Amino acid sequence: MSDSAGALRHHFEDIEQQRGAERLGMWMFLATEILFFGGVFLAYTVYRHWYAKDFADVSGRLNVLVAGINTLLLLTSSMTMMFAIRAAQLGDRRRLMNFLAISAVLGAGFMGFKVYEYNQDYHEGLMPWRANFGKVPIHDPDHPGSPERTLEEQWHEKGVSPQRCRLFMTFYFIMTGIHGLHLIIGIACILVLWGRAYLGWITPDRYVAVEVTSLYWHLVDAIWLFLMPLLYLAGPHHSLHL
Amino acid sequence: MSTVIETPAPASHEHPEAHEHVSYLKDGYSIWSWLFTVDHKRIGILYLVFLIVFFAVGGTFAGLVRLNLISPHGSILDNDTYNKTFTAHGVVMLFLFLIPSIPAVMGNFFVPMMIGAKDMAFPKLNIASWYVWIIGAGCAIWALLAGGLDTGWTLYPPYSSRFTHTNVVPGVFGVFVMGFSSIMTGLNIIVTIHRMRCPGMTWGRLPLFCWAMYATSLIQLLATPVLAITLALLMVEAASNALGNPIGIFDPSLDGDPVLFQHMFWFYSHPAVYIMIIPGMGVVSEILTCFSRKNIFGYTAVAWSSVGIAIIGFLVWAHHMFVAGISYYAALLFSFLTMLVAVPSAIKVFNWTSTLYRGAISFQAPMIFALGFLVLFTIGGLTGLPLATLGSDIHLHDTYYVVAHFHFVMVGGMVLAFLGALHYWWPKMFGVMYSDFWSRIGSILVIVGYILTFMPQFWLGYHGMPRRYPNYPPEFQFLNIMSTAGYTVQLAGFLTILTYLTISLFNGKKAGPNPWAATGLEWMTPSPPITHNFDHTPRVVCGPYEYSLNLTQTGERADVR
Repeated sequence: MSDSAGALRHHFEDIEQQRGAERLGMWMFLATEILFFGGVFLAYTVYRHWYAKDFADVSGRLNVLVAGINTLLLLTSSMTMMFAIRAAQLGDRRRLMNFLAISAVLGAGFMGFKVYEYNQDYHEGLMPWRANFGKVPIHDPDHPGSPERTLEEQWHEKGVSPQRCRLFMTFYFIMTGIHGLHLIIGIACILVLWGRAYLGWITPDRYVAVEVTSLYWHLVDAIWLFLMPLLYLAGPHHSLHL
Repeated sequence: MSTVIETPAPASHEHPEAHEHVSYLKDGYSIWSWLFTVDHKRIGILYLVFLIVFFAVGGTFAGLVRLNLISPHGSILDNDTYNKTFTAHGVVMLFLFLIPSIPAVMGNFFVPMMIGAKDMAFPKLNIASWYVWIIGAGCAIWALLAGGLDTGWTLYPPYSSRFTHTNVVPGVFGVFVMGFSSIMTGLNIIVTIHRMRCPGMTWGRLPLFCWAMYATSLIQLLATPVLAITLALLMVEAASNALGNPIGIFDPSLDGDPVLFQHMFWFYSHPAVYIMIIPGMGVVSEILTCFSRKNIFGYTAVAWSSVGIAIIGFLVWAHHMFVAGISYYAALLFSFLTMLVAVPSAIKVFNWTSTLYRGAISFQAPMIFALGFLVLFTIGGLTGLPLATLGSDIHLHDTYYVVAHFHFVMVGGMVLAFLGALHYWWPKMFGVMYSDFWSRIGSILVIVGYILTFMPQFWLGYHGMPRRYPNYPPEFQFLNIMSTAGYTVQLAGFLTILTYLTISLFNGKKAGPNPWAATGLEWMTPSPPITHNFDHTPRVVCGPYEYSLNLTQTGERADVR
């Protein structure tokens, strides 16, 4: 279709009808995304309510500093996406490509930190599907200076249920995993847009492509804004470190 | 409506200038012209072909279940195989037939034509939805044939995650993937109806089939994602069990909550029941007006009751869980909300009946199916009320009464509506007429066989025969044999239909553009339609059912061709 004369596809009457359809389509898709995440948010909330103490303890062991940095990265990337739309509308190809590239890099930075964090969880024995869950000796944030003990010993002392902590970590990996997958798809979409901009295919009359991608990008960003407090701020953190 | 007559009729069909454009069936003959098509009509046909195959597969499983129940101890299957058979019947019929049936075939084919558009809003997404559906269906079918599932289609954990050793993960993955196809179709139809209507096609002139498809698509869009995430959580749990280090998201012995699964599952699966019935209601609204030559009675009420059912349908899910240990007050509320669904449903039935009143009714096959729908859906709906009532549900829960009730709605409703739609629009889709005589025989056979199959099950269930059991006390044998006999009558009906429809494709009488003298825009094109549907964008000047004035939506006489 893209090789036809204008931005208007054959089955639409005029360009505004086409733009309206594309925007509405993306909004409808975002509605499905909200319900998709809504289901797992609901399940998480139920268990968070029942097992508040256990969830608070294991939540406090997540790396809240990394999560904070990641929040900043995503919020900034949403802003650069907005600039990209404006650049596309004005037909400023250089700026469009720059802003798209910055957004993609910020998104990739988020994923990089996420990988770093997953790796940390792996070494601390927080992978719920592995047999060593809670069995790795680590530092107890409540008692700085005390010798390293396994999480199971620490939990036993505080009356925290390891089974419920596993449930929390399961939700943590499912929720951040699905979110990460969405982010990777978002980065891929931005890269495709960048390629199209590079080839000069994103003319001002085709700016809607950038706009609908940004809508998706903002949603993924917004979901993180809910995930971050739900998962990382469910309990007190005693130390801040990378 | 007095202004409509002076509108000059577009001359496009009076002259054979349609020959400039070929019909969509002749626009390319290669296999690739079908597999890479973005034409909504061809995509509809692609869906139709596979739906018929899957319907046959699901029907075969149903036949095995019925044959097994001929004798009190199970006549042909061992107990494990029986469990797998009824699960396969449920999964195939629900996810591979009922949910995509009318939306993906008739919705795809006719929504753009009825609103005067050239295509769906997103043609590539449309063909993608078919591929996604085929991939999901292939995955599910593979899981069912290579070992099968024995959980029932409801997949309740912890049985489905911990205790069964059957193909839960691949089967569930197939359903998960098919859900995305359903979302794509729903999204496409909503955007199409919002943005692609031709000049003059206001919401108040929208055919009721489009209203019904709009309501259905809303449910597909908003409920299916919840099923997707629920199934994803179930797959995590089942996979972790298979790998030997179980995580208990829904497993009570591991601090999970099985009732939570049921809440999330039914939050989709109850509205899914309305995905299966609302399109049928839309079809029946089209057929009843056409074959009684009367304007629909209460257009606004019928249109909004579709939306009403869709909305209330989201608020009733826990009535599947009255005996699952939910709170008494929640049960009371859900019981009340469930009864509320009867209101928009009854609005429809009363309006349809009033449409028939003093109409010039003719009993061709589409009309027989529509009338069958009217009666059987009413029975199915009314027998739902004892299930919505808390006290009687305790007695009837998980018995054959429930099986009979939902089959009256699903089969008596949706399958008859699907067949009605197929017969009503067959001349438009393929440009040929089927045998009038044999189609009447076929439709009556299906309806009679249908009643014979499921009516006895009300008695069986009321007297306490539980569903999903391979054996039963000997005194239930007579009613079970009746039910199996009904299955064979239905089978004869379906084979009759298959035969005469196939014959009609090869040497059926050619159908004109408007063989039923109907008023909708889809009849303004040649049969079969040209690739872009209309030579000129139509201009709509009146409502969809001006049968009393004998006017099509473009203001021409309806019965001239």
